[in-house]
Amino acid sequence: MKITLTLNRKRRTVDVSPLERLLDTLRGALGLTGTKEGCGEGECGACTVLLDGKPVNSCLVPTAQCSGAAITTIEGLAPRGKLHKLQRAFLECGGAQCGICTPGMILAASALPDRPTREQIRTGLAGNLCRCTGYEKIYDAVGVALGTKK
Amino acid sequence: MKCVGKNVLRAEGEDKVTGRAKYIDDLSFPGMIYGHTVRSSVARGRILSVARDPAFDWGGFTLVDHRAIPPGGRNIVAMIVEDQPFLAVDEVRHREEPILLIAHADPERLAEAVAHIEVHYAPEPAVLDLEHATTVLKELTISKGDLEQGFAQADRVVEGSYFTGAQEQLYIEPNGVIAVPGVDGKSITVYGSMQCPYYVQRALRLLLGLDETQVRVVQTTTGGGFGGKEEYPSILAGHAALLACAAGRPVKMVYDRLEDLVATTKRHPARIRHRTGVQRDGTLVAMEIEVDLDGGAYVTLSPVVLSRASIHATGPYRAPHVRVRGRVLQTNTPPTGAFRGFGAPQSQFGIELHMDRIAEELGIDPVALRQKNLYASGDVTATGQRLDGSVSAHEVLERALQRHVKKKRPKKKDGLLRGTGVATFFHGSGFTGGGEVKLASRAGIELTPRNVRLLVGSTEIGQGTRTMHAQIVADTLAIPYEWVETADPDTARVPDSGPTVASRTCMVVGRILQRAALDLQQALGPYRTPDEFRRRSRKLLAKRPALQFIAQYDRPGDIRWDDATYQGDAYGAYAWGCNIADVEVDPITYQARCTRLTAVIDIGKAIHPLLACGQIEGGSLQAVGWALYEEVVMRDGRMANGQLTNYIIPTTLDTPEILVELVENPYPHGPFGAKGVGECPVDGPAAAILNAIRQATGVRLNAIPATPEKIMQAMDAR
Ligand code: FES
Ligand code: FES
Repeated sequence: MKITLTLNRKRRTVDVSPLERLLDTLRGALGLTGTKEGCGEGECGACTVLLDGKPVNSCLVPTAQCSGAAITTIEGLAPRGKLHKLQRAFLECGGAQCGICTPGMILAASALPDRPTREQIRTGLAGNLCRCTGYEKIYDAVGVALGTKK
Repeated sequence: MKCVGKNVLRAEGEDKVTGRAKYIDDLSFPGMIYGHTVRSSVARGRILSVARDPAFDWGGFTLVDHRAIPPGGRNIVAMIVEDQPFLAVDEVRHREEPILLIAHADPERLAEAVAHIEVHYAPEPAVLDLEHATTVLKELTISKGDLEQGFAQADRVVEGSYFTGAQEQLYIEPNGVIAVPGVDGKSITVYGSMQCPYYVQRALRLLLGLDETQVRVVQTTTGGGFGGKEEYPSILAGHAALLACAAGRPVKMVYDRLEDLVATTKRHPARIRHRTGVQRDGTLVAMEIEVDLDGGAYVTLSPVVLSRASIHATGPYRAPHVRVRGRVLQTNTPPTGAFRGFGAPQSQFGIELHMDRIAEELGIDPVALRQKNLYASGDVTATGQRLDGSVSAHEVLERALQRHVKKKRPKKKDGLLRGTGVATFFHGSGFTGGGEVKLASRAGIELTPRNVRLLVGSTEIGQGTRTMHAQIVADTLAIPYEWVETADPDTARVPDSGPTVASRTCMVVGRILQRAALDLQQALGPYRTPDEFRRRSRKLLAKRPALQFIAQYDRPGDIRWDDATYQGDAYGAYAWGCNIADVEVDPITYQARCTRLTAVIDIGKAIHPLLACGQIEGGSLQAVGWALYEEVVMRDGRMANGQLTNYIIPTTLDTPEILVELVENPYPHGPFGAKGVGECPVDGPAAAILNAIRQATGVRLNAIPATPEKIMQAMDAR
């Protein structure tokens, strides 16, 4: 079946099988491999993308349900050649080690309110697992990018 | 311009935050097909038959069993002992043992086909846990002094047994490789997520009967390893290579989470027994220690894990009379393997709980007991190593006490039980004993018209290898960090720098790179500025293009080791650490939570303080998970909770506040004084947390993970 959606601000039409996961469509037909798969069961958050501005686990979303929706992946967070403030902060604060959780983590963080408290950051990122950082540097990065008061 | 000690930007960081970095599953090759492993469903037995459903359409499938191994190749995974096959022949020794490989262009068809293959077994009795294990795969003894004499001097003898469970590394990127057969039919290239490309190359050479020019292994961006991608990728690469050779096409094999959890290696479950002679004032006079590790069905790296576990079993404490007996026992479970810390977290968990028990029996404060016995410069370890210089056991404890107390908070009235626990520990950097000499690692530098390029087999797996190596070389050459680039770890491009394990990448390999830099400097002659460096290097390049400076490991002169007696300098240097943990236990749900964890660690020199802190925070949290949440539930020899829904690692909500302080007590033979950092942080938190639970609840747990069930049982039994 043909699905039309807005991907990183561009209209795209893809041919998908009925149960195809959004994760596979993005990584396959749409060629964007920045979205990662860590578990395929909605537990790790590595596959997080924004669906109409809200973070979702793309491994749990059938592409067929995304008709007309706006999807943002890590490739579309910042204009080409530029870094989004979260990307810059993750880079500078040590928020990315192996980096496999990073795209999902950054997209989940991008949905946080401005100047989030440490508690809001923790709650907002509770669905995103990171095995490398112990999360401390991720909190720091999100805090710096979104203007959390020290 | 100096960059060592500064937080320069991570070399490959921009690729990671933009999603541009290519991990193995992001790659594809023309004509590529997908591979899958058919695995045993019994823990032990003889294979009677492997049957394919004749009604199923097998067109387009490639199937491979042990008979596909080419003449000249061997069905043996190259490790320490030649006991483990790539593919079972007529018997299986554990659940999920690989028997058959199958590949197809369509992953969905592949999944269907697997359901149409049936393996019949004659099951045999299986040993499924350490408690019932009797076959010893490896045994060693470390002794010092005369144990009997030691016990004769003791006022008291304190005994205890301690248990740690298996733990999954849980890198977020599962294991995966792509094997690409050469057009000549006699060569192969394997790309993959891995820590040790040269281990994989060696395994493939043995399997396929090829030489090193015929096997090329390339590490792709790797989404975490923690030991889990040390030895296991050799097996996976072998499987993909066999399929690729048979199909004549590139084959991708990426495990899904379930397969990765049930089939790949875990941290060795351990049983540690202590019998300790102490004097009334707390002086340790005799330590008798037994370390038993569950090695699973094959030897793999267990002898080396045992070695590290045994050497660290005394903890950082001096005693005149010591005997450590270490054993690896065999069970019919998937082989256990490398995991950050490599046995030392298990054995130091034992001694750190035992120290609190001794303190309690003697009525001495646990901190004071430690202060009385911690190593100081001039002390001699159980292997007879005299510790001189760079010994910080006392200092890390003092600083942890200061740091932790400063942050004290008012007591809340919420019914929660609160306690604080301490653990002190040490961790040898690099390979044990003569290991580094045997490895004879090499690494080097080549000049390019604009830059210098590092040629190093050490892999970036998130810990910051590339960044930290570039800093070391930049400062040694007195050129900007940005001028140093790193070649991809590709066995066709870079020399064998030894495996990326054992906290050796900075201290050992960094030092080799530093020596290569000095050779380069010699060849250039004196220069005063980076620009002059560049001019001179261009001149040199014009005369001698493709110039490389490769240096080899050079044993620091004062190190000696005897493998037969297990005596000598076990490690060139040790990192020293102290954890203090605050814990809350809910008396209704019995859930324990670590709310604050202080980690003070002496790493010699922080080449990149931000990365070093990141290592300590990440390692500490892995240990918190091991202590409280991560339970590998085995049923009939198979992991029963092979999903992230029921194998629980810490999320942001379970994370304590982690306070890190670095101590820099330099090691003269490390680059800029650096020692190892990667593994040490995992050694202490679990014991500190259990000691805190003891203080909070009054019950003494001797096993982790300290799940609510265990805490409830212990509290109800009072
Ligand atoms: S891959 Fe989607 S949540 Fe893990
Ligand atoms: S950086 Fe490796 S999992 Fe988060």
